[in-house]
Amino acid sequence: MIPELGHFALILALIVSLVQGTLPLIGAHRVNNGGRAWIALARPAARAQFFLIVFAFVCLTWAFVANDFSVVYVAQNSNSRLPLEYRLAGVWGGHEGSLLLWMLMLSGWTVAVSLLSRHLPDAMTARVLGVLGLIAVGFLAFILFTSNPFERLLPAAADGRDLNPLLQDPGLIFHPPMLYMGYVGFSIAFAFAIAALLSGQLDAAWARWSRPWTTAAWAFLTFGIALGSWWAYYELGWGGWWFWDPVENASFLPWLVGTALIHSLAVTEKRGCFKNWTVLLAIAAFSLSLLGTFLVRSGVLTSVHAFATDPRRGIFILILLATVIGASLFLFALRAPKVGLGGSFGLISRESLLLMNNVLLVVACGSVMLGTLYPLLIDALGMGKLSVGPPYFNAVFVPLMVPLLVLMALGPLARWKHADLAAVLRRLTFAFVAAVAIAIAVPLLYGKWSPLTAMGVLLAAWVAGGSVVAIIERRRTGGLAAQPLHWWGMHLAHVGVAAFVLGVTMVSSFQEEKDVRMEPDDTVSVGGYSFRFIGVREAMGPNYRAMVGELELSRDGKVLRTMQPEKRAYLTSAMPMTEAAIDTGLLRDVYVSLGEPVGERAWSVRAYYKPFVDWIWGGCLLMALGGVVAISDRRYRMRKAAASTAVPQGAAA
Amino acid sequence: MRRLLPFALLALLVLFAGAASAREAAPTAEDVVVEKRMVAISEELRCLVCQNESLAASQADLAKDLRREIREQIQDGRSDQEIMDFMVGRYGDFVRYRPPLTGATLMLWFGPFALLLTGVVVLVVYLRRRSRRVAATLPALSAEEQRKVDALLGGTRDTTEGRKP
Amino acid sequence: MNRFLLPLGIFIVLVAFLAVGLNLNPREVPSPLIGKPAPAFELPQLHKPELSFAPKNMLGKVWLLNVWASWCVSCRQEHPILVDFAKTGSAPIYGLNYKDPRADALRWLKQYGDPYALSIADAEGRVGIDYGVYGVPETYVIDKAGVIRFKQIGPVTQDVLEAKILPLVKELNK
Repeated sequence: MIPELGHFALILALIVSLVQGTLPLIGAHRVNNGGRAWIALARPAARAQFFLIVFAFVCLTWAFVANDFSVVYVAQNSNSRLPLEYRLAGVWGGHEGSLLLWMLMLSGWTVAVSLLSRHLPDAMTARVLGVLGLIAVGFLAFILFTSNPFERLLPAAADGRDLNPLLQDPGLIFHPPMLYMGYVGFSIAFAFAIAALLSGQLDAAWARWSRPWTTAAWAFLTFGIALGSWWAYYELGWGGWWFWDPVENASFLPWLVGTALIHSLAVTEKRGCFKNWTVLLAIAAFSLSLLGTFLVRSGVLTSVHAFATDPRRGIFILILLATVIGASLFLFALRAPKVGLGGSFGLISRESLLLMNNVLLVVACGSVMLGTLYPLLIDALGMGKLSVGPPYFNAVFVPLMVPLLVLMALGPLARWKHADLAAVLRRLTFAFVAAVAIAIAVPLLYGKWSPLTAMGVLLAAWVAGGSVVAIIERRRTGGLAAQPLHWWGMHLAHVGVAAFVLGVTMVSSFQEEKDVRMEPDDTVSVGGYSFRFIGVREAMGPNYRAMVGELELSRDGKVLRTMQPEKRAYLTSAMPMTEAAIDTGLLRDVYVSLGEPVGERAWSVRAYYKPFVDWIWGGCLLMALGGVVAISDRRYRMRKAAASTAVPQGAAA
Repeated sequence: MRRLLPFALLALLVLFAGAASAREAAPTAEDVVVEKRMVAISEELRCLVCQNESLAASQADLAKDLRREIREQIQDGRSDQEIMDFMVGRYGDFVRYRPPLTGATLMLWFGPFALLLTGVVVLVVYLRRRSRRVAATLPALSAEEQRKVDALLGGTRDTTEGRKP
Repeated sequence: MNRFLLPLGIFIVLVAFLAVGLNLNPREVPSPLIGKPAPAFELPQLHKPELSFAPKNMLGKVWLLNVWASWCVSCRQEHPILVDFAKTGSAPIYGLNYKDPRADALRWLKQYGDPYALSIADAEGRVGIDYGVYGVPETYVIDKAGVIRFKQIGPVTQDVLEAKILPLVKELNK
């Protein structure tokens, strides 16, 4: 009965979103012609849709909690022995449920807009909510017609097929919701852009309104991607953190464009420039989220993460994608020629530096996309099959990031309108000297100096140095306390990038790895740490049998702790899973994973020393935190009146 | 019997010594150097039976066999290129994660740099054209006026962002 | 031309490719061995391990090499089709028993029928690597000159047999 209620709620939600996606848009179009009543429908419809989706989501969750194996989706993705937390997270462990999560996020963002948009003109709010309603129509139709999570299985299965063991991890609880918050969050930036194009009011006010939403989505996406990367790191058992898998790339593409977008929004808001470009980026960020959805769920590319596929779904998503993006790009082509230019600025200025940032990020995005889709293009042209993997992406992507990092220190120091490059560089002398010193010293300290390592350290220190210089200068002029939060947010995020770059450089230059055969009492040492193998014992988990290794970690003869990597055999799956044991530290991880038994008491063991690896995710966390700090800025929380002016506050003084 | 005693003592000693100061574990691989080269080569290769994993990372049977094959070929003194050719000869270019530069991959390898070049050229052309258009729409300022405006707008600080008025 | 139409144009091209991509199978890899001589080997026969088999024995004949194993689930799916095909006598099928314990393989043939003129035991899978085998079952059509002319990856279906293998065999036998 409850699954049917959930199904019914989805159908109602589709009807409500049809209303939300049509009437308010028409009302906003004829605002002086009796459209007000229809405009007023937008907010209640958004809320009703949210409640219906939440209800449906709760119904599906209930089916998981109650082990209702008469629901196909539950029978495929759960099992009566599955611990409760994974039954809850299992709701989004497969295609249908994760789409419902997508939908939940969309309606959540929509309702947030409806609640936090009181300072916006009603017609604008109606348009934004209307566009979001249309997206909801598309996705609800997709769920109901091709991927209904409430479909019944009659007769019911005796027990479920179980959640993929790879997913039975806390990572599943946090990673997809965060990632989807990011993906779907770009729909708000998209809706604002479309609303602005529809109304013809493509001005700085639009940029100001959509800026906090975009930053929020970007912060979620950053956090979500970082969580996924961390999950892969500790779960897959060989210590990698990024694999350039098509599905990873699918989440990375909107991130790159989203990063470009938050920068160009800054220019559009403050200076009224690049409006067309910013709108195009807002459309692109969400389009790439949709493209990602298509790639993951249609089976056109092979990936470790891909969902089980059904050609009907691929066709449906492709049509949805073509309609949504095609229509918005068409609208863009219609409206963009009439948009004004905005203020003037010199060839060297903060504006032009931010444009350069955009060019580099968009080219990086284009390159990753080219590599991801190239096998498909070649195959579609009948030119054979090929694979594009990590060696390609590393060769292409890294060089593109170098100029970006170089410019990153300059941008925040350059003036709007017209900057004096020589003066900016002079101010950065200290940062440059310090960065060079660090780049010489740090690799030597770790025992091996190489140009590439030094280059990475140099860039990281340079980026961080740029922020340090900016902060010191403000302090000297006594303005530090008066700096707005978004200024701090930007520097926090930039320092995060520096930390990330340092982490990547250090771990790829100085990690140590040993693959050994260990009998009890054998030791292996990596990076100055020593593991003594105590033995392996058997243990039972709720739905798996595990071989638990015990190793004593010590350094300079001092015992630090016992580490317990596991090898699990899940009862419902033939696939063995490794659970690495990691000792996390500020400056290094030591990582050990259990391989196969290779003798009566001997096991193969992999031990790693990974310097600075946590800086990779720490850096991402700082970036996301920077986003959060930036949106807490009070200027986003007020004033209808002030919002409509494009003139920066400083200039009026 | 007597003659055996020293040996027994020695054996005991070794046993205790073993417990007190543990032995360094032996690498799983017979030859660490060969293993390193094998891993480097197999990271460039795609596992055919997996969804999308490198030969180095995969635990599939075929991947294990192919790693063994690579190891043996290294021990036979074959070069990396010869081993790569061996793989491509059997499974096609599909196994290479780094596609070779051919007519079909020109766009893949040069696309990013062409894109960057286009981006930069378009940017510069756009900025020049834009400043001309903006200048045309604004009343012209004399050099003296321009200096004053600049001084007013930005001269007192580094950026216009920030401080509340 | 409105330059703002450019993004739309690029997007339409992309969608066209994606649409074509939907009908392709990214997991199917064409063999580079087609049109090349079948790699030489010499392996013991499955039933009489004291005897060996080499592809050069087959020069002058059109034949099929079918890679199979008792642990391979989809081999069971194609097996009846092979059994029927063997009865027609249009071309002999040689089985390459891939990474299979001998007893299992023999039991399997007894249970499901033996369409093979003879089977060859590739216990370590080395010949499989030379032939670029990656998904058992696989089937090769080899011509009189010992050149591989066709490869089926995955089970031979009735459709594949009638549309591709039979006409090819007829053509090669002319």
